Amino acid sequence: MADTFSFELVSPERRLASMKAAEVEIPGAEGDLTAMPQHAPLITTLRPGILRAAGPEGEKRFVVTGGFAEVTPEAASVLAERALPVEDATGALFDELIAEARTAADAAPEEARAAADKLVADMQALRSTLGV
Amino acid sequence: MPSLKDLKNRIASVKSTRKITKAMQMVAAAKLRRAQEAAQDARPYAERMEKVVNGLALSVRGSDSAPRLLAGTGSDKVHLLVVMTSERGLCGGFNSSIVRLARLRIEKLQAEGRTVKVLTVGKKGREQLKRDHSDLFVGHIDLGDVKRMGYDVARGVARDVLGRFDAGEFDVATIFYNRFQSVISQVPTAQQVIPAPVDEDAEATTLYEYEPSEEGILADLLPRGVATQIFTALLENAASEQGARMTAMDNATRNAGEMIDRLTIQYNRSRQAAITKELIEIISGAEAL
Repeated sequence: MADTFSFELVSPERRLASMKAAEVEIPGAEGDLTAMPQHAPLITTLRPGILRAAGPEGEKRFVVTGGFAEVTPEAASVLAERALPVEDATGALFDELIAEARTAADAAPEEARAAADKLVADMQALRSTLGV
Repeated sequence: MPSLKDLKNRIASVKSTRKITKAMQMVAAAKLRRAQEAAQDARPYAERMEKVVNGLALSVRGSDSAPRLLAGTGSDKVHLLVVMTSERGLCGGFNSSIVRLARLRIEKLQAEGRTVKVLTVGKKGREQLKRDHSDLFVGHIDLGDVKRMGYDVARGVARDVLGRFDAGEFDVATIFYNRFQSVISQVPTAQQVIPAPVDEDAEATTLYEYEPSEEGILADLLPRGVATQIFTALLENAASEQGARMTAMDNATRNAGEMIDRLTIQYNRSRQAAITKELIEIISGAEAL
């Protein structure tokens, strides 16, 4: 059994990572999951959280704010709405993101309110996890 | 016959024009490289997005629960044309070619009895369309203060378009932009974004597990898909604009050069003629004595 598979993280503006990984921890909308080689094909949406990829080239952590991930036995590709290395995340950035999410939540229609509120909560949780 | 002084001034003015067009050409060349890189960097995301949306679309299409962004509203009475142009001129036929394509489409749709609405992105297209179709305008998005074409800009445009769709303002949306082919060739393109076009021939993809449901993911992905397509179009447009400007300014520089040569010859000839005339006058004056 192959012990690594290819991992890719792309945002609309650029490709952030393309490497061999042994495991990829994905903040799925329905809960975190760790994808490893030979994982069954899966597509999941993301919630704001930390994406972690570990492999022979070391470990990398990224902040993602949403998007989706496509996992196949040979590869995991994450298409993030916005993504950046954990080291680059700043308090100011989160202020902006949270404010944006909150505005969206306030404007959301009744049936989408819960999801929008959850987004705000997820952002805040992510911020406190990172401690910025 | 212009005087020597006039000619001299003329040459000086054309020379400074040439300097300006030359500078603009070089600026455009530098910006073009950056725009092309941005378009290149955005490609992997767009391609994957398209593939996944297409795969999902094929599997959900038959069911009644297919989202409206995919299945459409069930009619095609009202069309929204999103016309993307530049904020600045002096870029050859870049804006006119998009506007021409949009205008043809407007006339065709109106002849078929459809209602047409126009959303303009970028100032130049709005100015050109205003003459004949200002009654069709439903909105305008200004890119004047956009320094760098980022995904946020595309998201803004997409949010506007999707908001209108949710409000039931239109049934079909098409975007108009220039696809970048090379520095000398940009192809005006019309692309339908709502309802999402489905590539029938796509090979059956792997059977995925979906988390949450297929419909849930589609509902999340389709708006992103629209934003991505708009983003790609904006980037292609930005690259095309710089390419078109570069070509236009290259031509202008060359024309100015030719004009300077012509004027210089004319200047030298008249200077020579003046000298000869003076000599003849002096000699004939001396002979008369």
